[in-house]
Amino acid sequence: MRQGADTGAAVIVIGGGVTGLSAAWWLAREGIDVLVLEAGVIGWGASGRNGGGCSHHHSPLFLEEQRLWPQLDALLGYPTEFQPNRIRIALDERQFQLYRRALENGEHQGFRSEVLDAKQIRELVPYAPEAPYGGYFYHFGGHANPHRTVQAYAWALQDHGARLLQHTAVVDIRLQAGRATHVCTNAGEFACDQLVIAAGAATAPLAARIGVHVPLASARAEMIVTEPLAPMRIGGVDGNGLYGRQTLRGNLAYGGGPHEWVEYEDSQRIRAHSTVLQGSIARRLCQLFPKVAHARVIRSWAGFIENTPDGRPILERLSDPQNVTIATLSSVGFGLSPASGRAIRDLVLEGTCRFADLSTVRLARFAHLEADWQARQGWLPVSA
Amino acid sequence: MSLSGENGYAPDPASVAGKAPPIHAQTDLLVIGAGPAGIAAALAAAEHGVQVTLVDEHPVPLRTMGEEVPLHFGGRMAASLANRNAVLESVLQSHPQLAEASDAGIDVRLGTAVWGLFPQRPTTQWLTGHVAGLADEEQAYLLRFKQVIVAAGRRDMGLAFEGWQLPGVMGASAAYQLACTYEGLQARTAVLLGSSDEALLIGNALQDAGVQIAAIVEQADAAVGATHLLERLSSRGARLFTSHVVQQALGDADGVAAVRLARVDADGRRVAEQFVSLDCDALLLGVAAIPAIELLEASGCAVRFESARGGHVPALDAAQRTSIPFIYAVGDCAGIWSRKSQATAIAAREGVIAGRAAVRALGAPIAPSPADAPVVPDTPARDIAAERVAWVRAAVLHAPSDQMICQCEEVSAAEILTLRPPRYLGWGKDLGRHGSAVSAPPGPHPDVVKRLTRAGMGACQGRRCREQITALLALGAGCALDALPLATYRVPVRPLRLDQLAGLPEVPAMAEHWDSWFGMASQWVPFWRAAGEYTAAARSSNEPVASE
Repeated sequence: MRQGADTGAAVIVIGGGVTGLSAAWWLAREGIDVLVLEAGVIGWGASGRNGGGCSHHHSPLFLEEQRLWPQLDALLGYPTEFQPNRIRIALDERQFQLYRRALENGEHQGFRSEVLDAKQIRELVPYAPEAPYGGYFYHFGGHANPHRTVQAYAWALQDHGARLLQHTAVVDIRLQAGRATHVCTNAGEFACDQLVIAAGAATAPLAARIGVHVPLASARAEMIVTEPLAPMRIGGVDGNGLYGRQTLRGNLAYGGGPHEWVEYEDSQRIRAHSTVLQGSIARRLCQLFPKVAHARVIRSWAGFIENTPDGRPILERLSDPQNVTIATLSSVGFGLSPASGRAIRDLVLEGTCRFADLSTVRLARFAHLEADWQARQGWLPVSA
Repeated sequence: MSLSGENGYAPDPASVAGKAPPIHAQTDLLVIGAGPAGIAAALAAAEHGVQVTLVDEHPVPLRTMGEEVPLHFGGRMAASLANRNAVLESVLQSHPQLAEASDAGIDVRLGTAVWGLFPQRPTTQWLTGHVAGLADEEQAYLLRFKQVIVAAGRRDMGLAFEGWQLPGVMGASAAYQLACTYEGLQARTAVLLGSSDEALLIGNALQDAGVQIAAIVEQADAAVGATHLLERLSSRGARLFTSHVVQQALGDADGVAAVRLARVDADGRRVAEQFVSLDCDALLLGVAAIPAIELLEASGCAVRFESARGGHVPALDAAQRTSIPFIYAVGDCAGIWSRKSQATAIAAREGVIAGRAAVRALGAPIAPSPADAPVVPDTPARDIAAERVAWVRAAVLHAPSDQMICQCEEVSAAEILTLRPPRYLGWGKDLGRHGSAVSAPPGPHPDVVKRLTRAGMGACQGRRCREQITALLALGAGCALDALPLATYRVPVRPLRLDQLAGLPEVPAMAEHWDSWFGMASQWVPFWRAAGEYTAAARSSNEPVASE
């Protein structure tokens, strides 16, 4: 078989989403020879199709996520539009109770939050209702611009000498003596010492090529975007069942609501389209920000998202083949990407993560997963 | 519809299964656009007893026109347009066949825009049938359909120059609509940019409607349109300026008051100190007529660049059917070429073909007839992709100063070419040196450029800058315009008020699970309490879940 443009790299990362790009950047910063292979265009999957939130207090990567985001622009040398802090507004008692958990989880890890009453909410969030039930000011987390962040990683890794090939689809991975030695693509073959598979939903079929079963299912979710409005002092405001933010430009970008399970093959051949769900998102956004109910919705988007059976990431250096690291963040990957990339760097170079306990995100927890887990969980496409 | 529970397991309660919105109105055939093609399609189908709904967005609310939607109206709406009843009367008069359509039993809805088509197909299977999102001035609502024929017409390619944000700089088609459909164009003397047949036809129609066409401006060294159309305008006083572009639009309190033209050489560079100034109160952008494909592209129809059809158009079969078999395209949105622009009969023939094909698809047998003979576009006489690039090169790239391409987001040509982050980020440096990161052969991806610079992301939904940006990127990358991918379109394809969209009805089940993301308790359990092994059987359910 034809060799690739270059013969290979010390580390090949399959997948040009935030996780793979961040991993490649962390490796390249240390002078490691890295090659990223992206089947399409970088950030075209879930990395470019999310609300931009950076507040994942349930994750073992949370502390590192919080530590890195405020300095990420400086580290990368390019803007991510990161903005710190988050306000969450509850319109009823149930939401108020649900949103309390972020306060508790934050507190458990040393982060401060405040409970907000209606008056405080009105002062902080000019578009909020007159009489919201209550809310929280989390002095952690925040939000960033996913597209800008994807590109920042891509530029930064190239600044450090790493290479990125787009429109380069992996068709096979070759094994030799218990190691992945070559990645075969539509643009030739690339040799590698270490391999990272961070390819979103495609992680499952790619892992299957080397005999590793990664249980994943894909779903479609939607968001809407309004015309720009006068920026609120804190743009990281959500709640009422929605996630999202007011962008620095002033657009309201919000999503939420039910997802649609899709066949992996369909998600590869059909672009993710938004549907009439945008009416239900708009309804809740009007409730959250009734004072801008006249704002125009000017676009929407949809994206395909991969999920593991329990919704938790898989972040693991395999034992067989022992030079392969598998990474899926299971539908919550964007905000964690500065930390997940660093964790992958550790796994690749040192075999273990130095800064976080990854024992709860190992593949082994699915050892006794039922073959029909998708059916049992109802995670199947709606049939016509 | 059946849910995924036939295996004995319930569908995921946090998913869309079983939550499709109630839809109270339905039709067999939806026809979008009541121009010659749309009306012909509706009548051809109604003739065979099919239930037809024909919608047209005219009259467009004045406020929407002010937002440069659906066309670049340039603020030249006459005061008379504030009288909605009078406007409706004008629209009816300009579409004499609408009365015929109503008499034929067609449900005609004017002032109704279609902001989205939502086919029920893999990945969007939760809907109950194919659904269209409609909106009139007051409310948005859903209409179920079996077949849809899109006859959405055309819009105008924008072109930046000094002063192009002034009132009075407007699309040629926009001027035509205001003058001929609304009888309310506020302009007396216009200068027309572009000399294609499409531009010259509009120039003549406007002249007939009482607007003096003072000049025709063409960047090439000869007019590109038909001599008889040009002569008809010249004989009534229009001067032709070939090898010229706009140097500047000069304004006063009422917008454009004059235009200054500059001579350009064969490479589109300005020849020093050769200017012509003309008085006018409208500058008509007629450099390219663009098929209005947004609804089709956003719904998933395959689109490709076809020179013979005037640019990006849906891929069509002989029956005007797109890649989604129950969606058809007819009229200008299916392709623009000279003969078709000159004779509405061709658009009408397309309408009849699609109308008859839709009737067959609905199960009514119709015997084949000569009316089914496919419409084939003429071989293009010119390279329209190169022509559009030449306009942008001469008018924008070689302008004496950096031009504002995207008026909504205030992004200039240089900012687009260097991928500079938007100004509100206060990020001084150019980032263009890494163009390779966004480029994959053959050149930069317009969608990526859009996301990084925000050009085309504004309230007019890119209507005024989309084609210019692509031409600029082609120039920057040194590749052909038609080699670059098309930036995607998104619903709603018309700006839609949040509270209008919010008024769409829901089923009660839709209210559940908004705070749970995928509804999995295990996903959000903090890592210090996470369980070990996981099986679907032992998963926890029915507990409150909050996502983060």
